[in-house]
Amino acid sequence: MRLERRAAASAAMAVLAPVIAVMLAGLGAAALFAALGRDPLACLYTLFIAPLADGNGWSELGLKATPLLLCAMGIAVGVRANVWNIGAEGQFTMGAIAGAAVALGLGDAGWFVLPLVLVAGVAGGAAWGGVAAWLRTRCNAHEILVTLMLSYVAIQILGWLVRGPMQDPEGFNFPQSPMFAASAMLAPLFEGGRVTGALVLALLTVPAGAVLLDRTVAGYRLRVVGLAPGAARYAGFSERRAVWFCLLLSGGLAGLAGVCEVAGPIGQLMPSISPGYGFAGIIVAFLGRLRPVGILFAAVLMALLYLGGESLQITQQLPLAATGVIQGMLLLFLLAADVFTLFRPRFSRSHGDG
Amino acid sequence: MLSRRTLMLAPAAGLIAVPAKAVTAALRVAFVYVSPVGDAGWTFQHELGRRALDAAMGAAVRTSFVENVEEGADAERVIRKLAADGNDLIFTTSFGYMNPTLKVAGSFPGKKFEHATGYKRSVNLATYSARFYEGRYAAGVLAGRMSKSGIFGYVAAFPIPEVLQGINAFTLGARSVNPKATTKVVWTSSWFDPGKERAAADTLIAGGADVVTHHTDSTAVAQAAEEKGVFSIAYNSDQSKYGPKTCLSAITHDWSAYYIRRVKAVLDGSWKSIDTWGGVKEGMTKLAPFNAAVPEAVRKEVAGVMAAIGAGTRKPFAGPLADQDGKIKVPAGQAMADKDIAEMKWFVDGVQGKI
Amino acid sequence: MDEVMIVALLVATLRAAAPLILAGLGELVCERAGVLNLGVEGMMLVGAMVGFAATLTSGSVWLGLLAAMLAGAAMAGVFAVLTIGLAANQVASGLALTIFGVGFSALFGAPYQSHPIPGLATVVFPHLSAAAPLVQQLLLIDPLVWLALAAPFLAGRFLDRTRAGLILRAVGESAEVAHALGYKVMRIRALATVFGGAMAGLGGAYLSLAYTPMWTENMVSGRGWIALALVVFSTWKPLLLALGAVLFGFVTIAGFQAEAWGIPLAPNLLATLPYLATILVLVLISRDTLRLKLNAPAALGKPFHPAG
Repeated sequence: MRLERRAAASAAMAVLAPVIAVMLAGLGAAALFAALGRDPLACLYTLFIAPLADGNGWSELGLKATPLLLCAMGIAVGVRANVWNIGAEGQFTMGAIAGAAVALGLGDAGWFVLPLVLVAGVAGGAAWGGVAAWLRTRCNAHEILVTLMLSYVAIQILGWLVRGPMQDPEGFNFPQSPMFAASAMLAPLFEGGRVTGALVLALLTVPAGAVLLDRTVAGYRLRVVGLAPGAARYAGFSERRAVWFCLLLSGGLAGLAGVCEVAGPIGQLMPSISPGYGFAGIIVAFLGRLRPVGILFAAVLMALLYLGGESLQITQQLPLAATGVIQGMLLLFLLAADVFTLFRPRFSRSHGDG
Repeated sequence: MLSRRTLMLAPAAGLIAVPAKAVTAALRVAFVYVSPVGDAGWTFQHELGRRALDAAMGAAVRTSFVENVEEGADAERVIRKLAADGNDLIFTTSFGYMNPTLKVAGSFPGKKFEHATGYKRSVNLATYSARFYEGRYAAGVLAGRMSKSGIFGYVAAFPIPEVLQGINAFTLGARSVNPKATTKVVWTSSWFDPGKERAAADTLIAGGADVVTHHTDSTAVAQAAEEKGVFSIAYNSDQSKYGPKTCLSAITHDWSAYYIRRVKAVLDGSWKSIDTWGGVKEGMTKLAPFNAAVPEAVRKEVAGVMAAIGAGTRKPFAGPLADQDGKIKVPAGQAMADKDIAEMKWFVDGVQGKI
Repeated sequence: MDEVMIVALLVATLRAAAPLILAGLGELVCERAGVLNLGVEGMMLVGAMVGFAATLTSGSVWLGLLAAMLAGAAMAGVFAVLTIGLAANQVASGLALTIFGVGFSALFGAPYQSHPIPGLATVVFPHLSAAAPLVQQLLLIDPLVWLALAAPFLAGRFLDRTRAGLILRAVGESAEVAHALGYKVMRIRALATVFGGAMAGLGGAYLSLAYTPMWTENMVSGRGWIALALVVFSTWKPLLLALGAVLFGFVTIAGFQAEAWGIPLAPNLLATLPYLATILVLVLISRDTLRLKLNAPAALGKPFHPAG
């Protein structure tokens, strides 16, 4: 078998491929469940359907998908321009820190606190992305490594702050900040649920991202810079500006995700505010094929897998590692299936490179 | 880094076989763990408590656990789901679950919650912790007797009060038998990173420490000591099999009796929201069996110290206590108040290292 | 500081660096062929688990090391099929491979927890703990550490001085040109990827069989990511990679030593030092644009299909 590039991406396969991949992963998961001595159907139901059985489940899905969507959207815009921000985790953390600083500094001063907190979050994330942009444009240091390293630095800075300058003086010296005042917090969208207006902001990035990438000159320039840096230079598009734009944008979005977590479901600064949203965002971006609508679906799927994994533990007493294996399998199948949208398998005697 | 959400096959498989309907009479008890159960460490000790609870109560309870639950936004969802799924009593076993547990307890007034190591309580939320430092003090006596150099190495994760209490108590115990003893402290900034704990232990041993101990979650320190032929005193769990020749003992946590007592209280209706801070007396802090290398006289002495602490005749933080700069923190004839112990953020004289 | 202490600290540094060198070299060769595999952490974990399980079952640490390399190679094989055979995105596939590896090693490694085994150094030198302190320190440099010290020279020689190395680099520079010259681009890339996996497996096994001889889930604790960073840090030069790994180990150990001496350092801020140092070195070497461009594989991460 060999692969032949299609003249245009197959629309049918674009829809069919993920469906096939999910089904294959489902089969693999069922086999794993059976091997672990569980009822495969009950487990599949628990993994994919039970988390959405009630309103609260949907609310939690939105809550979990929000940071994934925000981080992934920024990463995707960057990758389209060949700017690799794999440090969204660090920008997420710095956004949370900056937002928390404003929230704790202003206290319950009034309605204007929340907007300022959110702006500070965006600024904090963008600033952390900006450091990488500066090092790239000024010193030529590649952003893949710099953003990754800065993530670790940010996480340690957070650890230092909650044990030092931002520690709750009433908190018996435990590593945590005071709780935020009500006026610094995002209110739940509806009574009883935890999902906040951050979901709306995250959803807005989908049309905004689509317009930016496909309908604006700026988006066109970014793509040209990404696909053909030489041609872009010839056409007068600045790679430098693309780097700055992408890292500030993706840093800002990750920072927004971070501040929305601490000013939303968490309500204070603590050492562990992210279970790796910034890194998961990279997978989400690629699963969504770097396209805004695709990223939305990918973020929801990823969020569902997290929730389903918890349900499997709670109701089926299945080790979380089993969920990890299934997640990995599903992602690998999805990525493998992707190829058939761009390539056509040709079953003939191969005389090329094998 | 990417996905820390991994875990262990639990010997809880037997639970699945029990159809839910048949055991409606059983009290359902759930545990939330911050890390994988593993085979040693903080979470493992809670898991031992859960298993003991199962064994002691039989069909009267049905227990389950969720492990590796992040201390961020995920915790509240997990706790809420456990409550909504019909659990009657929920133990959340890490400090970072404090506010999520409080929130969920507020929305489920009919359920009971217990949070380990925290300080916020409500009508249906109790708190519990153990005076780990009492065992540390006795371990310090043991280290002081077994050391030739009088230099101790202490691999610690984060400078929070619980860890600082342990370092101080250990040093005071050691100084009670060797006034020149010093404890060198290094920080790994991680509860679990075997490689880093190993490197930290290597460094301390290279610097002349001949007894090392740790306040982290892996068995790497005991292994490093065994390889280098110096003594170790383990923490959380008995780690003698990782240091058959050199692991002198371990300060262990035993939650079994507490869990059984609290479950019985729920069953007979006497459960109240209280704060429990038990120690040697309550059997919540223990020393693991001594290594063959510990002479009889030392065994007796250390056991005596444990007994005196249990009886309340010996207080680890009794005055006179001076900090590293020589400033008197507790005058002679007084013992430190519980509140001050709980908030501890300084080192006693004899500790080399900074917070 | 006496000489035993200095030697002990140096040995501790080398041992902390060894797994990073082994895994990093594998990734370096793989990247030189134009393949970016972000699954190092997952491959190391599976290598650590399988190596430990094989040692425990067979009783031979050497069989364990072999099994670890095979396991890492198998993981990399999956990656190669996906990214080289099916042209899937390398970054996403690597991350997915790590998620899979973390879960797989934890799930199937569960029965092997709680079984201590003698470390590699003790296996090779049974009377280790009875030796004189200085001798003991030197004996702690076990065969894998020696391998980690020698491997960068071998890899450097292979890449720069052999025909096979030249072809491998050509494939990483421009798959199209290499293909036009008649080289089997996909086969060469697949081999480099599988080699990278085997080395990652070996690096993982160093942790579970020599450094901290035990299996605990997630015991690699991010070293796969550090290995990846070191590859870029080294500008794809094996000797610089080894130097970077030793430097990383040194900064960690030196920080611990400073704390043990009572020098006041905020532990969290101290923990940022290795990362800041990496950025600093990267900035310093990257200023020399020409040299960076000479070393970085031009086709890194770009899929290639001869039929395309």
